[in-house]
Formats: sequence, structure tokens, C-alpha cells
Amino acid sequence: MYFHHSEDRQMLADMLGRYLQQRYPFDIRNKISASPEGWSRTHWAELAELGVVGALFGEEAGGFGGTGFDIAAVFEGLGKALVVEPFLGTLIAGQALAKAAGGQDALPAEVLAEVVAGTTLLAFAHEEPQSRYDLHDVETHALPNSEGWALHGRKAVVPQIEAADRILVSARIAGAPGDEAGIGLFLLDKAAAQVRGYPMVDGGRGGELVLDNTPATLVAEDGFPLIEQAIAAGIVALAWEAVAVMDVLKTATLDYLRTRKQFGVPIGKFQALQHRMATVALEIELARSAAISAADALGQDRRTRERAVSAAKYTIGRVGTLVAEEAIQMHGGIGMTWELPLSHYAKRLTMIGHQLGDEDHHLGRFIALGHA
Amino acid sequence: MDLHFSPEEMAFREEVRAFLKDRLPTRIAEKVRTSKRLTKQDMVEWHAILNERGWYANHWPKEYGGPGWSVAQAAIFDIESALAHAPRIVPFGVSMLGPVLIKYGSQAQKDHWLPRILDGTDWWCQGYSEPGAGSDLASLKTSAVRDGDHYVVNGQKTWTTLGQYADMIFCLVRTSTEGKKQEGISFLLIDMKTPGVEVRPIILLDGEHEVNEVFFTDVRVPAENLVGEENKGWTYAKYLLTYERAGLAGVGGSMAAFNHLKEIAQSQRKGGRPLAEDPLFAARLARLEINLENLKLTNLRVLAASGSGGSAPLEMSAMLKICGTEIRQEITSLTRRALGPYAQPFVSEALDEGFNGAPIGPDYAAPVAVDYFNNRKLSIFGGSNEVQREIITKALLEL
Repeated sequence: MYFHHSEDRQMLADMLGRYLQQRYPFDIRNKISASPEGWSRTHWAELAELGVVGALFGEEAGGFGGTGFDIAAVFEGLGKALVVEPFLGTLIAGQALAKAAGGQDALPAEVLAEVVAGTTLLAFAHEEPQSRYDLHDVETHALPNSEGWALHGRKAVVPQIEAADRILVSARIAGAPGDEAGIGLFLLDKAAAQVRGYPMVDGGRGGELVLDNTPATLVAEDGFPLIEQAIAAGIVALAWEAVAVMDVLKTATLDYLRTRKQFGVPIGKFQALQHRMATVALEIELARSAAISAADALGQDRRTRERAVSAAKYTIGRVGTLVAEEAIQMHGGIGMTWELPLSHYAKRLTMIGHQLGDEDHHLGRFIALGHA
Repeated sequence: MDLHFSPEEMAFREEVRAFLKDRLPTRIAEKVRTSKRLTKQDMVEWHAILNERGWYANHWPKEYGGPGWSVAQAAIFDIESALAHAPRIVPFGVSMLGPVLIKYGSQAQKDHWLPRILDGTDWWCQGYSEPGAGSDLASLKTSAVRDGDHYVVNGQKTWTTLGQYADMIFCLVRTSTEGKKQEGISFLLIDMKTPGVEVRPIILLDGEHEVNEVFFTDVRVPAENLVGEENKGWTYAKYLLTYERAGLAGVGGSMAAFNHLKEIAQSQRKGGRPLAEDPLFAARLARLEINLENLKLTNLRVLAASGSGGSAPLEMSAMLKICGTEIRQEITSLTRRALGPYAQPFVSEALDEGFNGAPIGPDYAAPVAVDYFNNRKLSIFGGSNEVQREIITKALLEL
């Protein structure tokens, strides 16, 4: 048993931490987050240069990482600094592309090489207005034509879709909405995409993708297993990001309990707050264990992997709400202000609960996957 | 035991409903229903309509312009107003200061300020909390020093809700540093236009400007603006905090918000069925509905026990504040969950009247996350829920 990052990963994590501390302090982050673009190409390029993008993918995809714990180390670092750049979309779309690479079609491998080099950014457009976290609920459909394929449909709340150069889109080639079979994966050029962008509650931007006879290139015909595995990697990323955000909230709240004085003493002297803080701290440790378990399960058989991933997403959803609400409550009014970084961490943690399936969705899924 | 309203109370409820149907402007109700931003003008307009009917100061005694309602009538009005999507009455002047002036103010103060509250001449805000005096309110430091016919006020207040609109502020100020800290506090009325008063906005985590800091630098306040006796302000402040019993639990607002949540849960789909039929979500909804029903009856029991004009025991007020705010927060939390991915877009301009852009996701989505985060304040302000729990155990334990 060994519960630490390997030496290589720890070096990457340290380097990422130093970079973000120096180049991505909170005021810079907020400026980037609120800018018209909602992300920074400069920081993306510099982070890719440091190997942060390459760490998300295995050697077969031109990277030098790609396991659950590589993803963990990166997203833990990104979470601490509340990074808004499109890492999640690039991870999920890139992981799916990596699984599609190796066939006769050279495109996925070419795109991945550009991704690892930091010159191409990806978005993953899968969820739809009606799908509510169900991975097989795909109504968007693809029709063959003389030049290839054309897509029809809508994709919902895609993080940082405007930043992407290419968008990986799921669309039905066959079957009915709700079928796992018949979902294809397509690459779409950003230039061909009709996107309605908007700011997000937790910073950065997202957007709706409208597909109306939109030309696209098929990269995988039987896409569902790829989607499920790539989403699992995305959930590992969110779980580690969430735990990092929880750690920041915990540290800030402990600091406040030690220094804020009311009734002549630090408020941390009040047992009512002590016990609640203890609950927050122990729940964070359970969430961390769930995140470790999911990262470990990423390379395992489907049932083991998906159960661990749903368990982790359920746990960080439940604990995330607790930690965000308690951090604000124990800070009192000051915890409600825009000026304090704390409120932005609380918003991010809460919104992670709305990405890739919420607490109830994954609890239901865990039951469906069988818990005997 | 008789859990039902009397025939007279039922008739009164019909009267309230007819009034709301007739007089509540559709434009304003629609903004409240859809959680759009209310302007100062919207609130002033509604206050004036209520005042014309004699229902604005609905818990003031008749001789001061109140309707002379029983507590049950006040509760009925609170619930029906909320269900009809009327704006909440802004409490600072009419619900907070008014009762204090009526009980402790001089005749001259009552004659001058009460009519101006009723007709909307003065918009009041509350100067209680300070950066160093939140839950420990009695440790407040803003000082008022007597200088001839004036007090000279120096210090800072914070979390001043809607202070950006205010003509006047009622403040707790320190007039003595001797003895217990509660015993050196006075209750002072200050004109916001006095030189030395400065209002600075505080932007909350939802991006909204709702609260402010108010700074006082050598602000000269006429001594006649002292309410009651010098150094007795704490007594008046406590009276104020327990006064508005009928609205304390926010039952009407929670009922309206819960109805909205149920509609959303019907319209959202999960696995091809309404979300309201998803077993996990249905369980969350059911728990909430049961808690809300329990709160409604508890609220009525407290009102019945306190009787007309009497005051509820402090610990019962504290219980209502805790339960009422926690239920409201749970409603906003569940509404946020109900939206799924569409809780994430942050389209601030969609909250303005007249926004006619296409909605992102369902048309009810835009205010949901904003409401959830904004309502975290409920368990913090008006005496944090931690302080309320202290009040309960202090009364029960008698240690």
C-alpha cells in the first residue's frame, strides 16, 4: 500500500502548482474568467509547454500519462487555482479520440498530436437539452451524404465550447434515443459550428451547439463504450478537482475560525462550530478516498470502473454541497461576497455537482450497476 | 383543537384574494413569479397600493394607521400575498422601525416619522452590523458623542440591505463604554444626506448589489433623533428583532417557491419520465413537503400562543427563524438540482425586465442558481442560525 503520487507525477504536480501560484493568482484568474473569451490562450500554451496536456494522455496517443492518477495529479492542481481553461473538454474528447485512434483513419491521431502540442483545443459535446446526464439519451442524428456526414440536433451546456478548435460530437447513426448501440462520434471544425455562448455561474464560459445539416467527420461508429470510458476519465478529473477545491475551502475556513473574534474569543472556540468543522474535515477525507478509488478503477473492467466512478461522483456531490454551504455559513456575511475568493470556490464546487451527472443520478446508477 | 380557519377568517382570505387579483399589478407579479430584479420603483408602487387600502402597516395598532388585524389575519395576508407573487414588503421602515417608534418613540417622533413611513416619503435602512460586530452585535463600536444639541457619529455599519435607496437609517450606536456592553448602546435616526455619510456597495457572490457598507465621519445628528432613552437602545433592538412574528418563518414565500419547484420537477424529464416521478427526486420533494407542512402548523401554533399584540417567547421566534430559513434554502437547493446541467449558465441580463433574448435551456432557468447562492444569506442574517440555536438552549437549559 502506498497512498502518494509517484515521483514523476509529484514533480508534475509541484511544477503545475508553482506555475499557477506565480502566473495564475486569484485576481488574474478572475480577470480571465470574466473576459469576453473566458479563458487565456497564453496560459494554455504555457501549461501545454510544461506538459500538463500531455500528462492527460497515454503514449499511444502521443502523451506520457493518461492513467487515472495522472489525471488526478493535474486536476488537483487545476482545482486549487480554480483554473477555467478548457482542460475538462480536452481530456474527455481526447480520451475518446485516443480510443478511436489506431484504425485506418489517421485523423484522430493527427488531432491528438496537435492537442498534446497545445495548438488544438477540444470540446466534448454530448449532453443534450433533454438527456439530463443519461449517456445513451442521444437524439442528435447523423445522415450520410456525398461528402461524408451531416449532423442535426442540439447539444447542451458544453464547457468552453467557444475556445475549442475542434468539437467531438455524439450523434445517432442508428437506433432510437435511449439505445446504447448506434451512437457515432464525429469531429467537427469549430468554424462549421453554430454556437451560442454564455458565461457560467462558476466562471469561464459555456455554450449551446446547434447542429443543422452541419458537416462532420466520423471517427467512431460504435461510440458508446468510448463515451462511457471518456466520461469516466472526466469524472475522475472532476472528483480530484472537487477535492482540491474542498481543501482550499477547509483551509480558508479553519483560518477564519482561528482569527475571527466574536464575544472576545476566536469563533473556533465555540463547540458548535468545532463539531461542524470536524464533520466537514472527515467528510472531505471520505471524498478523497472516493476520488482515489475512482482514479485507480479507471484502468479496470467496466463494472468495477463504473461503480467506482459513480460512487465517487455521488460522494463529491453530497460532500461538495456540505462543504460549500458550511464554508459560507461559518464565514458569515463575508463568505457571501464576490470579493472573497472563497465564494468562487464554493460556486465551482456546487457547479461540479451539475457536471457529468449529479448525486442522485450516480446513486441511481450505482444501484443499477449492482452492488452485491 | 381546531386546525381550521373560522368562517370570518375564510371570508377575510377571500377579501385578500380579491384585493390581490384586483390591485396587484400583473407586471410586478410576473417579475416576482419569474424572479426578475425588482426596482425601487416597483417596491414603492406596491407599498403605495397597500397603503391606499390600509394594509401596508398591517401589524401596527389601528390608531397609528394599522388595520387592526388578528395574528391569524396577518398570517393569511402573508401567505396569500406570497402565493399571488406580490413583492415582500420591504421591512426596514414599516415592520422594524415603526413598531419601535410606536412603543418607545416620543409623541413628536411618532407624529413626524410614522406618516412618512406610511406614505413612502422616507425609505429606511438598518444600521446594526459592523465589520467587528456580527453575531456579537452588542460589541458594536460606532460612536455617538453628545455635542450640544447634536450627537457626532463616527464609525462603520455593514450589510446594509438596500441602503443605496435609503433616505434614512436607524442605527445602533455606542454612547457609553462603561458597564456591560449592552448597556452603552443607543438607538439613533440618521438622515443619509447628512455630510459625512458615505454608502459603498458590496457585491455578493451572485454578482448582485443588494447590501452596502455605510461610513460615518463626524456626522452631526440632531439630539431629537434619539429614540427613547440614551443607553437603552439594546432593549429596543431586541424588541424589534422579535416583533415581526407573522412573517418571521416566511411561510408564504416558501409555499410559493415550493409550488414553483413542483412545476419545474413536472416539466423536467429524467429517463423519459417527469423528474417528479424519479424515486430519488420524489423522496427529496416529499421530505420537503412534509417539513413545510410541519412548519406551517408550527407557525400557526406560535402565532396562536402569542395572541393578538402579545409577543412570542424568544425561543419560539428563534425556532421559526431557523426552520423557516432552512426550508427556504432547501427549496432553492432542490430547484437548483432540478435544473440539471442548465443550472450552470449565468445570464445576468435575463433577470432584467424587458429582456427578450431566447432563454438558455428552460425559460425558468436563469434565476435559479442566483437564488440558491443568494439565499445562503437567510441562515446568516437577522441573527445567524447559530445565534438562534444559542437562544433556544439558553432558554431551555437555564444553566
